Amino acid sequence: MTKIKSLADLKAMKQSVQDKIDTRQKGNAEGLTQVKVAMATCGIAAGAKQVMDYMMAETEKRGMNVVFTQTGCMGYCHAEPTIEVTLPGKEPIVFGYVDLKKADEIIEKYIRDGELVDGIIPVNYQTINK
Amino acid sequence: MAKFKMHLLVCGGTGCHASKSQEIADNLKSSLKDKGLENEVQVILTGCFGFCEKGPIVKVMPDNTFYTEVKPQDAADIVAEHVIKGRKVTRLLYTDPENKQHVADSKHMGFYKKQLRIALRNCGFIDPQNIEEYIGADGYSALAKCLGEMTPAQVINEIKLSGLRGRGGGGFPTGLKWEIASKNHADQKYVVCNADEGDPGAFMDRSILEGDPHTVLEAMIINGYAIGATKGLVYIRAEYPLAINRLVIAINQAREYGLLGEDILGSGFNFDIEIRYGAGAFVCGEETALIHSMEGQRGEPTFKPPFPAESGYNNKPTNVNNVETYANIPIIINKGANWFNKIGTEKSKGTKVFALAGQINNVGLIEVPMGITLREIIYEIGGGIKGGREFKAVQTGGPSGGCLTKKHLDAPIDYDNLIAVGSMMGSGGMVVMDDTSCMVAIAKFYLEFTVEESCGKCTPCRVGNKRLYEILEKITKGNGTMEDLDNLRNLGRVIKDTALCGLGQTSPNPILSTIENFYDEYVEHIKDKKCRAGVCKSLMQYVIDPVQCVGCTACARNCPVNAIKGEKKMPHIIDQELCIKCGACIEKCKFNAISIQ
Repeated sequence: MTKIKSLADLKAMKQSVQDKIDTRQKGNAEGLTQVKVAMATCGIAAGAKQVMDYMMAETEKRGMNVVFTQTGCMGYCHAEPTIEVTLPGKEPIVFGYVDLKKADEIIEKYIRDGELVDGIIPVNYQTINK
Repeated sequence: MAKFKMHLLVCGGTGCHASKSQEIADNLKSSLKDKGLENEVQVILTGCFGFCEKGPIVKVMPDNTFYTEVKPQDAADIVAEHVIKGRKVTRLLYTDPENKQHVADSKHMGFYKKQLRIALRNCGFIDPQNIEEYIGADGYSALAKCLGEMTPAQVINEIKLSGLRGRGGGGFPTGLKWEIASKNHADQKYVVCNADEGDPGAFMDRSILEGDPHTVLEAMIINGYAIGATKGLVYIRAEYPLAINRLVIAINQAREYGLLGEDILGSGFNFDIEIRYGAGAFVCGEETALIHSMEGQRGEPTFKPPFPAESGYNNKPTNVNNVETYANIPIIINKGANWFNKIGTEKSKGTKVFALAGQINNVGLIEVPMGITLREIIYEIGGGIKGGREFKAVQTGGPSGGCLTKKHLDAPIDYDNLIAVGSMMGSGGMVVMDDTSCMVAIAKFYLEFTVEESCGKCTPCRVGNKRLYEILEKITKGNGTMEDLDNLRNLGRVIKDTALCGLGQTSPNPILSTIENFYDEYVEHIKDKKCRAGVCKSLMQYVIDPVQCVGCTACARNCPVNAIKGEKKMPHIIDQELCIKCGACIEKCKFNAISIQ
């Protein structure tokens, strides 16, 4: 079994187990960018799962701190896969027809720089609990 | 390794464990496996979330969805709906008692809004049986910082500067305690963790050990380094099996990973920890009694001085701290004394964990900054009194403490304020009472506890408390006199002044504080022979209203002592001489004809 013999060992161990609790720590933190991926039947059929996997892996690879959650049908079944991105302190924005290419564009432009890209679905509803 | 997208945290504290949380976790795992998601979603059995009232709890991360009162058969729904479809299982969400709406996540729950979790930071967050999870959550980094960058004197200084005071009840400054122990020289010194939590209704320390045992171990090693001790002992009561189990696992893992034993982190510092079991005696929470118990002697206190810091376990310098105190240490080292001492009030820094119990909606474990008011705790975090009844009092500090009443609702809670109003912080039990509680009976309950738990070594405690109890017994039976009230007060003060240890010195507190705050109720019991809360049975009479009674004979047939007489279809009468006040007649009467007077 691995023994921790020095500070370096401890740090290495921490690094290696980081993945296991990272998702939890992000949930506790405030002020992170949030991405909700619509994962109802229509979303899954249109490839939402691949998009979510891709975005999770890519944002991490690019050193961005983003919380990913799954959500139910957002009602835009015509435009699946759809994702909702909330930058800290900003209103949520929904993107439709998100394939891997679009996902990459959203990561690079909107999530990184706050620059809007095509494919935004205008908000056409109100929620009652606000 | 693939990264888990979602984490399902299942509460594994004693309360939820008893309501089958292990089975819930197993069912979640098997449902996930059925759907082929075992590599995407992680199920973790954690420590206590604190919201025991609504347990078992399942929390979904990262979206903080908080499911309450989950049953093993709900697991499949959580997986099919929440995990796969992203739809929250509404029926399991917490319902806000005020607007009756479901609350989607824990960040919007009144119970958590005012809380600040420092000592409980990892409870309900990591798997307590896995050292790697603790390391991932910054665990043992405070130890590394101490051993690598700080001298023992610097460590002590940091703790002194933080203003941390003992969380076991007395509130002695922790840094000062360490400093005294560090200045006494000997070939062997000891660090002792006091996990002999004995107050009725208190479970703070148990929850920390169950939910985050490594924090306590890490703090003990730091303590050892600071005072120059190489041996640590945890004194825990044998009646905490789950906590012991997780502590044993934690100690073994820490040894395996080289964080306990010789040459820790290459620093040359050696430290090891052993467990000592207590048989569950309240007096063994007192540090000298605790030390004697660990030595294999009778669990009886001895006179201080000498303090344990000079001559403790095996007559060697010993530093004793409580579990919750230790749980604060690693984070103080990591974030700095100046972070910690900004939380709380002038003389009481940081937070305090309280076990909320009694007539309150949200029974559970909470951690709040010092200086919070009782009103905030009871009405905002606690969700108010059960059944919308009226708040009467809250007992803090267990058998050593006193009552706080309506007039104390807005006083900030800290060590000194509680003492000023005749109570004490104690280890953190908070028993909330409404108008159905009789204060004389409450005082009697706590006295009964101390009489039972007194070790009998000194006369004031052994004999004095017994006499106090007898006087209370007399009052609740309706035979009290006004003279008895003076006797209670005088005897109480004498016991406080003359008893040997903390147990005896504080045992009259429940009586003195209830006489002070609820004098009228005592007088009512004595002069009017009445108990307004309807608790003292000897002072109650069951009476049948002859107008309402239709003579159905249901009560008479169910009376176990045949105390109810009367002709069929004629009003019945209860013979007060025979009546044992069991209440069976009230339950059977369909016409609301029987009342208590």
